[in-house]
Amino acid sequence: MASIRTKSVLPGYRLTLGFTILYLSLIVLIPLAGLVVKTAGLTLPQLWDTVTSPRVVASYRVSLLTAFYAALVNVVFGLIVAWVLVRYRFPGKKIVDGLIDIPFALPTAVAGIALTSIYAPNGWIGKLVEPLGLKIAYTPLGITVALIFIGVPFVVRTVQPVLQDLESDMEEAAVLLGAYRWRTFRKVILPELVPPLLTGFALAFARGIGEYGSVVFISGNMPLKTEITPLLIITKLEQYEYSQATAIALVLLVLSFGLLLIINSLQRWSNRRLRSS
Amino acid sequence: MAGALPSVAPVSRETKSKHLTESTRVKWTLIGISILFVGVVVLLPLITVLLEAFRKGWSAYVEALKDPDAIAALKLTLTTALVAVPLNTIFGVAAAWAITKFRFRGKNLLITLIDLPYAVSPVISGLVYILLFGAQGFLGPWLIDHNVKIVFATPGIILATMFVTFPFVARELIPLMESQGIQDEEAAVSLGSRGWRTFFKVTLPNIKWGLLYGIILCNARAMGEFGAVSVVSGHIRGETNTLPLHIEILYNEYQYTAAFAVASLLMLMAIVTLIIKSFIESRMVSSKHGE
Repeated sequence: MASIRTKSVLPGYRLTLGFTILYLSLIVLIPLAGLVVKTAGLTLPQLWDTVTSPRVVASYRVSLLTAFYAALVNVVFGLIVAWVLVRYRFPGKKIVDGLIDIPFALPTAVAGIALTSIYAPNGWIGKLVEPLGLKIAYTPLGITVALIFIGVPFVVRTVQPVLQDLESDMEEAAVLLGAYRWRTFRKVILPELVPPLLTGFALAFARGIGEYGSVVFISGNMPLKTEITPLLIITKLEQYEYSQATAIALVLLVLSFGLLLIINSLQRWSNRRLRSS
Repeated sequence: MAGALPSVAPVSRETKSKHLTESTRVKWTLIGISILFVGVVVLLPLITVLLEAFRKGWSAYVEALKDPDAIAALKLTLTTALVAVPLNTIFGVAAAWAITKFRFRGKNLLITLIDLPYAVSPVISGLVYILLFGAQGFLGPWLIDHNVKIVFATPGIILATMFVTFPFVARELIPLMESQGIQDEEAAVSLGSRGWRTFFKVTLPNIKWGLLYGIILCNARAMGEFGAVSVVSGHIRGETNTLPLHIEILYNEYQYTAAFAVASLLMLMAIVTLIIKSFIESRMVSSKHGE
């Protein structure tokens, strides 16, 4: 099918495609290529030493682990919230549904200072947990809290439409065959939700790795402990260590592209299953 | 096609038999967990912004917003959005037209490339412009010779914002226009309608809600972007600070009330955006049912 090129009667092919490619190149592709070229100016050992120095490796660890745990929390609660929003009626449902999108629309700096003042030792929740010997702000736990906030919409909004389209025939069949509700959920519903859950997880994880604004206030930014990779790039830039900043950025970029590819194939998988069901 | 709508109106399932649903106890436990989770994670920060902003009363709130640096930051934020959003809108429409109305090789690659800025950390979105236009960058020496300032000035802030908000409009329009097909336009063209006329009279009415949806989300991100802008801004007070950067400076100077007062402005922008968004969603659902 793809090899057949039908001639369209519609105008504007050259104009729109030409403008699209020009604009894409100027704003996105050329600047990103510059990053790669700049890194190529380093010798391989230099590059390797930069991206594997202890402080940098520690920052990957902090970024990856906090993003992973935050995405995991969002998978669990995102599934519950999506389920409740699709299947039940309750007072305040519209408000809960609307609040889900807040992390998309609220500027990250606003979220950052608000979360910090809540979870700092003298904040509402910070004060509550302090007697338990628990510190949230200025620890990796605080970074995770910020990334949970940022990731809320991803899982809910990917699971919701799939849950909505799920045919009830299969559930009815399972009940007729004598399955209990929990078993029906595990054997019939959950398998359908695996692709959107994975997609939502990957989206939240990818966003969490690159996130800066909401994290930088609550993290405390201690090298080796609570310093995330994006912040380290900025620190290197402010010290005029351009090639080091660029090398670290390249690692982060490669990681993000890998995740983007995974997300794209997950979404295709999810769409195929949606269509075939 | 349901794919055109990011969120779908809830369906009532009250009619199904009770074997197909959970016990009341389970149901209300799940609802309770959801409300608690969304309340603590999302609602609490919003309430905090308001309480902190008005902690020292109304006059301190107004004072913080009337500060000349805050007004300069507001102006810069509006200028940035006013340039970045229309440009990305034109791009989004052109890209969606090319992708959905024609067949060509490499279309999937093009779609993936348009998505790239979503995957890139905001910090890197700013960094790439420093590498191009900074003093040590590829074009840096030439720019200095010709006395053109891009980074640590308004053009750099606009460019970084354009990068970050690049996919928003295109991403909304592509699935929508894909699902609408090309029959309407083909009919118009075969009746003798010209290119632009076809677009304005046939396509635009079909996509107006999706387009508006993309524009308001693009605008919200453009006004709120922090990481990318922070890298290219240079943080010159009253000159290269946008509202989010102004919040950071106030916060780091322990002027919490002022920081939260300015933050409340951006929070208002976010809430208005979401209200318009849900209005558009209801229009899109009803126009779909009207077909």
